[in-house]
Amino acid sequence: MVKSSSKTPDTTAPSMAVDIGGIRMRNPVMVASGTFGYGPEYADLVDLNALGALVVKGIRIAPWDGNPTPRMVEVPGGLVNAIGLQGPGVDGFIADYLPFLRGYEVPVIVNIWGRSLDEYREVAQRLDGVPGIAGIELNISCPNVKEGGLAFGTQPDMARSVIAAVRRATRLPLIPKLSPNVSDIRVFAAIAEAEGADAISLINSYPAMVIDVRTRRPVLANRVGGLSGPAIHPIAVKLVWEAARAVKIPVVGMGGITGPQEALEFLIAGARAVAVGTANFTDPTTALRVRDGIRDYLAEQGMHDIGELIGSLAT
Amino acid sequence: MKVETCNISRHETFQGPYRRLILDASGIGCAGVPGQFVHLRIPRLDGAVLRRPFSLYRAGKDGIEVLYKPVGRGTDAMLSMVQGDSLSLIGPLGNGFPVCGKKRTPVLVAGGYGVAPLSFLALTSARPGIIFIGGARADDVLCVDDFKSRGWDVRVTTEDGSLGAKGRVTVAIDAWLQSPESRGDREWYACGPDGLLKAVGERAAANGWNAWLSLDKHMGCGVGACLACVQRVRNADGTEGWVRVCRDGPVFEARSIVW
Ligand SMILES: Cc1cc2nc3c(=O)[nH]c(=O)nc-3n(C[C@H](O)[C@H](O)[C@H](O)COP(=O)(O)OP(=O)(O)OC[C@H]3O[C@@H](n4cnc5c(N)ncnc54)[C@H](O)[C@@H]3O)c2cc1C
Ligand SMILES: Cc1cc2nc3c(=O)[nH]c(=O)nc-3n(C[C@H](O)[C@H](O)[C@H](O)COP(=O)(O)O)c2cc1C
Ligand code: FES
Repeated sequence: MVKSSSKTPDTTAPSMAVDIGGIRMRNPVMVASGTFGYGPEYADLVDLNALGALVVKGIRIAPWDGNPTPRMVEVPGGLVNAIGLQGPGVDGFIADYLPFLRGYEVPVIVNIWGRSLDEYREVAQRLDGVPGIAGIELNISCPNVKEGGLAFGTQPDMARSVIAAVRRATRLPLIPKLSPNVSDIRVFAAIAEAEGADAISLINSYPAMVIDVRTRRPVLANRVGGLSGPAIHPIAVKLVWEAARAVKIPVVGMGGITGPQEALEFLIAGARAVAVGTANFTDPTTALRVRDGIRDYLAEQGMHDIGELIGSLAT
Repeated sequence: MKVETCNISRHETFQGPYRRLILDASGIGCAGVPGQFVHLRIPRLDGAVLRRPFSLYRAGKDGIEVLYKPVGRGTDAMLSMVQGDSLSLIGPLGNGFPVCGKKRTPVLVAGGYGVAPLSFLALTSARPGIIFIGGARADDVLCVDDFKSRGWDVRVTTEDGSLGAKGRVTVAIDAWLQSPESRGDREWYACGPDGLLKAVGERAAANGWNAWLSLDKHMGCGVGACLACVQRVRNADGTEGWVRVCRDGPVFEARSIVW
């Protein structure tokens, strides 16, 4: 932009940059793990550099097959998935996807999971110091694997030990991803902060089930899965609001964003960034629409920096 | 691959419960080849988060055509779409059918809407071959004239015997395989229900022929990101793994599929 034009505050675009635990993002709109692959899948449709950050599909220490099919079913206002964390493993990710991602400037956040404390630690260690990785999102809230996953995210002691172990294993910004399936989210947010997390993200999908009444069988091969999409949005807003008031570290809000409106709710509730998940399937350009909508809203409200909006809930 | 907003140029009854949808999506139309599909966002489908995949029946500079049959919430809602409606497509997606080898004659097998991509394939085929079209009843046997007008040998079967020979499509295939006319170098292409694809694959493999099967799996993203649409396959090294029907397919060689 030309210097002279930026003198008039009204015509200056509001500043959208945020810092999430040391990860500097051009704008607060990320894409959520598991809904955007590893980057190349959507690269023809979306300018990856226009995203605030890209969170890749969950990976563990070795390749993982995931669940049998069917793995996904649509329900009113969302979908239930039981992919089961299929993935190439950390070495496969580094060899097959990271070189591609290094060609972009977008911060890449790697979502990790494990079946045991050791596995979590090992995958974090393996990623530490690898060029092209901006941070780690620690998935302790996946409803779709039998071992690990959700168990780590719903019991405070286990959450504490896995966050502590991963914290010791990496210098990268660490973002534990919290489960909505707990009675008091503030407990888990506070544990993450106390154990040295740089930020927290929430929510993961909500445990759910769909039955085919003709066959009386569960629709998903895994029987149960995780509900995501607009149906979980108000639940997510409440949890983000509670979590944001319980900790000082930044909060990444997600769950049911389809446009600027839902993202603004998260920011007003106290989230410093947001992530678009299921809506990528409906409209791959959702994150860009959300970004533009937030910018327009800031301008309308006469705000010059996104920081003025974050946590501005009037009560 | 692109996201393209287009208008409905025409939406009409094709045959029985099947509808033809003509869309002015020229970007996708110019790029699309037989076997590829579009991921269509159904207008006014409240509460829907997923698009629905449809094979290209025709694609060209004027746009694309698809044939569909209402089978559930989404395709039922499509019935109310009218000329002039705007809708969003992602496409063209997936890989098309491989080209038939020079010295081989194409053998096509279709069930239900599966005939749509095969009709498009016949349009681009260097030479006519034989097509087996199966359906539950006469209404389900589509596009016969598309093939006949191009000199293809069309063999029809219906389960209720209302058109062509009575029985499943495999009955007609097996009878043909017994006859001397089936001898020669063949390349098979099939699109339809899993049972049909499996049967075609077994018969082609028994004769050492390639069979290119277009799979139908429920999809999420359509672009390879969500891993909803995966199919079990045997890799070249003998190990098993998943492939994504949307991105790695939807067309696969029969011998690689683990049913
Ligand atoms: C590559 C590809 C090309 C296609 N091309 C065409 C085409 O050219 N023409 C055409 O008519 N159709 C085509 N289809 C099929 C079409 O996409 C489906 O009929 C459509 O998505 C159904 O949507 P719906 O909302 O109407 O049905 P839904 O209500 O979603 O379901 C329809 C049926 O599928 C069952 N079902 C629902 N979810 C699952 C699941 N996860 N796994 C297994 N079964 C499930 C339901 O019980 C119901 O019987 C194609 C599919 C693929 C993958
Ligand atoms: C198909 C699918 C796969 C997902 N995979 C992961 C994953 O690997 N790791 C993870 O932490 N969250 C995963 N999630 C959860 C999302 O990242 C997100 O937390 C959740 O879907 C809520 O956001 P949404 O309503 O915008 O989709 C997945 C969600 C979906 C729909
Ligand atoms: S539909 Fe998402 S990977 Fe194929």
